Amino acid sequence: MITVETLTKKYGGFTAVDNITFTARSGRVTGFLGPNGAGKSTTLRVIAGLTPPTFGSATISGRRFADLPNPGMEVGVLLDASAQHAGRTGRESLIVAQRLMGLPARRVPEMLEMVSLTDTEAGRRVRNYSLGMRQRLGIATALIGDPEVLILDEPANGLDPAGIRWMRDLLRNYANRGGTVLLSSHLLHEIEVIADDLVVIGNGRIVAQGTKAELLEAAGTVVRSPRVGDLQKALGASGLTATRSADGALRTDADPELVGQIALLARLALTELKTADSTGLEEMFLELTEDTQREGAAA
Amino acid sequence: MTAVAVEEQIRTPRVVPRRVPLSRVTAVELRKMFDTRSGFWLMASIVIAATMATGAVILFAPDGELTYSTFATAIGFPMAVILPMIAILSVTSEWSQRSGLTTFTLVPHRGRVISAKAISSVAVGVVSIPLAFAIGAVGNVVGTSITGTVMVWDVSLTDGFYIMLGNVLGLLVGFMLGVLIRNSAGSIVAYFVYSLLLPTVFALLAASHAWFRDLQPWVDFNYAQGALFNGSPSGEQWANIGTAGAIWLALPLAVGLTLVMRSEIK
Repeated sequence: MITVETLTKKYGGFTAVDNITFTARSGRVTGFLGPNGAGKSTTLRVIAGLTPPTFGSATISGRRFADLPNPGMEVGVLLDASAQHAGRTGRESLIVAQRLMGLPARRVPEMLEMVSLTDTEAGRRVRNYSLGMRQRLGIATALIGDPEVLILDEPANGLDPAGIRWMRDLLRNYANRGGTVLLSSHLLHEIEVIADDLVVIGNGRIVAQGTKAELLEAAGTVVRSPRVGDLQKALGASGLTATRSADGALRTDADPELVGQIALLARLALTELKTADSTGLEEMFLELTEDTQREGAAA
Repeated sequence: MTAVAVEEQIRTPRVVPRRVPLSRVTAVELRKMFDTRSGFWLMASIVIAATMATGAVILFAPDGELTYSTFATAIGFPMAVILPMIAILSVTSEWSQRSGLTTFTLVPHRGRVISAKAISSVAVGVVSIPLAFAIGAVGNVVGTSITGTVMVWDVSLTDGFYIMLGNVLGLLVGFMLGVLIRNSAGSIVAYFVYSLLLPTVFALLAASHAWFRDLQPWVDFNYAQGALFNGSPSGEQWANIGTAGAIWLALPLAVGLTLVMRSEIK
């Protein structure tokens, strides 16, 4: 379990992470979602003890990272697959981790096999690795100590579709066995298929968090009517805010049942009434991060 | 914290890991100095440079100067460059190659990693200097037998020990610069400025200003270290080394260590 409490990180006058609190529970995959520069990596670095927080704390099963006696055997960390010595072979990089943790030598070939790096590939120097191979090597390094907690920053970067599928299955199985997975991404679709819980961050602040199901529900209702203007007024009269999208549909936070009743009372025919599905989560993500993401700021 | 208790029941009981001992961190750091291509060749260059310097003395030194001290001096020059480079790279590669991201998460105590690097760097120095001198000794035997001159062993074991100490100090200067600057190229440039430019500036200052002449041994680390390479230093010369070393080695090292402890590993 990872617990982050009132964590704040300031760089001079700039607040990269602003008072965030969340928990990544065991047996679940927690997706840490946000646009570029939202503070995801900074948060993960604080959890891993690489960046000192300005305020607040991050603990792994109740202990600070620095208090873990042999961290590699308790927390697997992959913050940047490119951050490996280019002149070392893949196998040697793993041997360094295996020796440092005091693990038996057989763990190295076991891990290489698990991440599907062949003998020849393992003997090549990391500078000749593709990003996908580096991700696999990074995953092997993170998992070699058989930790209970896994922290991954953008692990799907550079993986091909088969590799993404492999990563997804691996993390799913890991969580199903009781492990805690915290992974970050700026791609909603990537995280939506794997995460059980979501923490959405924008401009250093948490803008939404909960189980994926909760957040999907919170995405509201999509409704269409030939008299869309009247419907919008009727919803407004009932105290609901409805926004009209480019294709003429209305979107509101209320659930479909309430929207249907309002339409009935207003004697308006509907052509479509449904729960906003995953595309709703995407719009929510874009909306939540609208003020904070770069494209929004430039407009 | 009932939630924690429940979770612990779900997980299978695990062996509580023991703290990673410093000896293991040091052994791994030592391995990391050899296990890259550049690291390997840097280590190999100690033997290669010592052999080449020895060969050069045999070929080019006048017969009258074919004594062991000539060999030792010739070998000393490449050592004074290679050993600090080894120390610099052992520190800076964690930042320049960004492997520190893994190293400092596997050992989340920067002081222990840096200590392990210091110990392994000094160990490399302490082993490689006698090795280089042994190559020079072979050169002295071979060289004098070729020229037919008398074999002269004019470097005592004590002298050799002081020379080794001087070289280890040079290595520690490289280490200090690595810790302070944490960038491979920057630290190497800084080392050359430190070891070539600084002594020149001090020499000019001493030549032009009389008041500085008496002060120089106390503030010029390079000058003070010279005593180690010219036989047994006197008590005052030891004090010179201590004082100048405090200014040019201990103090910046302390600053560098403070920065390392506080800095962010990216």
